[in-house]
Amino acid sequence: MTDSLSQKIVDDLVANQIAFVTTVPCKQLAGVIEAIEDCERILHVPSNKEDEGMGLCAGAYMGGKRPAIVMQNTALGVTLNTLATLIQFYQIPLPMLISYRGEIGEKVACQVEMAVHTKALLNQLAIPTYHFHRPEDAAELDGILKHTQMCKKPSAILMDATFWRGAA
Amino acid sequence: MIRSEVLKSIVPVLDGRLVVCNIGLPSQELHLLHDQPSTFYMLGTMGLASSIGLGLALAQPDKVVAIDGDGSVLTNLATLATIANNVCDNFVLLIIDNGSYGSTGDQPTYAGRKTSLAAVATACGCAHVIECDAAETADVLRHALESDRMTVIVCKCESGNIPVPVIEIPPVVIRDRFMAAVKSRAAS
Ligand SMILES: [Mg+2]
Repeated sequence: MTDSLSQKIVDDLVANQIAFVTTVPCKQLAGVIEAIEDCERILHVPSNKEDEGMGLCAGAYMGGKRPAIVMQNTALGVTLNTLATLIQFYQIPLPMLISYRGEIGEKVACQVEMAVHTKALLNQLAIPTYHFHRPEDAAELDGILKHTQMCKKPSAILMDATFWRGAA
Repeated sequence: MIRSEVLKSIVPVLDGRLVVCNIGLPSQELHLLHDQPSTFYMLGTMGLASSIGLGLALAQPDKVVAIDGDGSVLTNLATLATIANNVCDNFVLLIIDNGSYGSTGDQPTYAGRKTSLAAVATACGCAHVIECDAAETADVLRHALESDRMTVIVCKCESGNIPVPVIEIPPVVIRDRFMAAVKSRAAS
């Protein structure tokens, strides 16, 4: 049974014609990934690494399916070149649904080491970035997805532990 | 045969096809030999030609040829597992394996030493993997496209480069004309 927050996220993806989603797992995102897999309107192609996933997304976009990637913030580093030289250079709209590990409530100290760089890296790349901290912040997702298509940029939606704790 | 000669030999097979071409000299050579709107030239992002090609093939029904290199596949080796597990019969991955990093000065790759990319692809679960000599590439590629089954081709050729100009087409133009080519197929 999918939690309501995960279902709302997937419903917003579908409503915005997102038809191709690649995922690299995170414990925090398990519900969303399951809902994506179960969604008949979305082709779900798990990837091994996030830059590979962005390559899949670029191809899907050019093939006529709007893409999105689900990933963890710890992987941001491996995607920097791909974001700059593929997604931004060719102007491909790409919503990144990012599990924001290393924030309040985190149990693994090492996750904080990338958390402290996450917003700085996104800022350096001039990627529109949104931080979902409370469950009601998810109401913004629909607008963010529309904005991402309009400006043909990557966008980062950071979803932290407090946001997910509100899921039921 | 070196890579540019292999590319020259497959131009008639690529003509009118959706092609995703690897970063660096392969794209520059193909652009010089046979520029067409339905070829997507990678200007950056080493290693992702096969991923872009697979995403494209999964998203629409027309046949897709992704031209990759041995060095590039080695940077994204897990792509072969993704390809194997997401079978789409409109996808052909052509790895031009010259055993070297051609675009950076022909430094040797591990594919030119002990590592067999065809064996890796097979171990990943790719069902149709063909290793061929450079001179056979055009025939093998033509047959793969006619066979309606996902195929990974590893073409073994010699290392070496020819002088080629860089691609001056702006990336957004490359992407836009490519997408128009995709769309026109869907309409016809
Ligand atoms: Mg090579």
